[in-house]
Amino acid sequence: MRDLIARLTEAYGPSGHEEQIREIIRTEVEPLVDEVRTDTLGNLIAHKRGAGGGKKVMLAAHMDEIGLIVSHVDEKGFLRAQPIGGVDVMTLSGGRVQFSDGTTGVLAPEKRSEFQKGPELAKVYIDIGATSYAEAKARLGQAVGFVRPFADLGRRIVAKALDDRIGCAALIETLRQLENSPHDVYGVFSVQEEVGLRGARTSAYGLEPEVGIAIDITAAADTPEAPKLAMKLGEGPCIKVMDGGMLAHPGVKNLMIETAEARGIPYQLEVLPSGTTDASAIQLAHSGVPVGCVSIACRYYHTPSEMVDIEDVENTVRLLLAMLEQPFQL
Amino acid sequence: MLLEELSNAFGPAGCEDEVRRLLARALHKQVDRLETDALGNLIAFKQGTGPEPRLKVMVDAHMDEVGLMVSRFEKSGLLGFRAVGGLDARLLLAKGVLVGENRLPGVITAPPIHLTTPEQSSQILKIEQLVIDIGAASDDEAKSLVRLGDYATFDTQFQLLREDGLRTVKGKAFDDRVGCAIATMLAEEEYAVDLYLSLSAQEETGLRGARVAAYRIEPDVAFALEGTVCDDAPRKEDVSPTSQLGKGPAITVMDRSFIADRRLVQLLTDLAETLEIPYQFKQPGVGGTDAGAIHLARTGVPSVAVSVPCRYIHAPVSMASLNDIDHTLTLMKAALQALPERWPALS
Repeated sequence: MRDLIARLTEAYGPSGHEEQIREIIRTEVEPLVDEVRTDTLGNLIAHKRGAGGGKKVMLAAHMDEIGLIVSHVDEKGFLRAQPIGGVDVMTLSGGRVQFSDGTTGVLAPEKRSEFQKGPELAKVYIDIGATSYAEAKARLGQAVGFVRPFADLGRRIVAKALDDRIGCAALIETLRQLENSPHDVYGVFSVQEEVGLRGARTSAYGLEPEVGIAIDITAAADTPEAPKLAMKLGEGPCIKVMDGGMLAHPGVKNLMIETAEARGIPYQLEVLPSGTTDASAIQLAHSGVPVGCVSIACRYYHTPSEMVDIEDVENTVRLLLAMLEQPFQL
Repeated sequence: MLLEELSNAFGPAGCEDEVRRLLARALHKQVDRLETDALGNLIAFKQGTGPEPRLKVMVDAHMDEVGLMVSRFEKSGLLGFRAVGGLDARLLLAKGVLVGENRLPGVITAPPIHLTTPEQSSQILKIEQLVIDIGAASDDEAKSLVRLGDYATFDTQFQLLREDGLRTVKGKAFDDRVGCAIATMLAEEEYAVDLYLSLSAQEETGLRGARVAAYRIEPDVAFALEGTVCDDAPRKEDVSPTSQLGKGPAITVMDRSFIADRRLVQLLTDLAETLEIPYQFKQPGVGGTDAGAIHLARTGVPSVAVSVPCRYIHAPVSMASLNDIDHTLTLMKAALQALPERWPALS
């Protein structure tokens, strides 16, 4: 799985520009499921038919990552940008970005001393090494993602875009190992989560699932001076109780807890004060959907060096597979 | 001129009747069906001349403008109010307004200077501190003239400022009466595609009309026509304005409400280049349009926004260039003509 995670996280795919990551995921899932299709907004929907007697289950992990969009090319060929999703301006200084065509750019702050006192995106520019406006002008309106290589630290792994390529990896593994489930499972690799859960909203409308489960990251609070939250690396998948956008359906949440306890899978309960996942959008489709979320605790989210525990990922897959083995009532 | 009538019409969000009547009158001979829905959207259907199956194209422009609503009576006869849509309180002081069904003239004012301390004088007043004066001597008199919940708009008359050059016009509510004017003029031609014009209600209060209109229409593609921010005053630093007057229709790649479908952006820029229509990109990340609501309808709709640059939008007097309006109309007509052939290849 590490190799898969490396390929997924290093791929280009800011919100609204998910073609490249979608192709990588499509190649992975096509042999694993009965049918794969792409919907209007670009969600990749992988359907594995159930043996019967179960429910229509939507599992969602988002393909898009946060990034920037070029908003201005100046007379010397330096670029200015606006955020795509929740970009932390503190992480920008000295970073690198990539365009869809592979071009690299450097993120540079004007006047370093002032930037330290008050960092702002307006005081950052992208340098692609252009020597004139003419060389750079075609970049206007193009989107960039951040660039960092995947790093394997043993039990822990570090990469950009673990949010939510790690969820995508867990979903791919779940589809790979899913066999003889009574449930009709739709693995949705969604688009534009970071800019407002947009892909989840329209894909849930189209699928009309009976249950929705998002697989995403959540904040780990086990680092120095972290806020007082319960989630930690290495203590198992987080069963979400509530976040900034949704209250988990008690039936779905309890199913997760009962399954984990019955199978001896470590788990944590998660209450996240702000931030949300695709589950919030799925919950409100049509006349409502029971939803829950299995989260992978993640340090340094929305930075180019996010960190998760590989056993948490493996246990997430185990938990999902265990939940889907048998029919259930909520 | 249609734009003049539309600009002068009274139509804050939720009270678009006068605008709707004007548009219905302008459209009814050009289209096959006109309907008003539950939120007040005026939906005009024009059947295409092409063979079936025909592409369903939604073109949206919103009828509503930002305005005010009377929210309380003061003993003195002054009226407290709330904003309907996004208004900058700094732009309201001393402006003339028209209140209620009878369009009573009034002036927005603040408590008299004699009663404010020096610190208060230098503070920016909030909307809650402002009042409308309709010249009533008491709250009883005021209540006989207007009711709680009555709307008010800016008292601005449309005017052509320059007959040549940029052909600038001034007026209120260019956001989005310019869009409504262009949508109406689009209906004058025949197209191969099925055209659904949604003259939408309540955009300024949350893209509400467009949301239900798109759900109902179920279009294959959608264009939102807008009046957009144009902040092209000279600046010290070399940064992009959001859009510039006179540089043609501004195409949205991304704003706060949606990411445009890049195939539609491609179609528009290809056509503009081929037909030598000036165009610009709206600066990404600014503002929101009905496309934000439309693109999320049902299973999603490929959408793009095309805007006429308007200086001082959401202010009592805006300014636009008839050249930009003409170019936007030309580009949109070309897009509707080109869709049947270009869209299958692009998608």
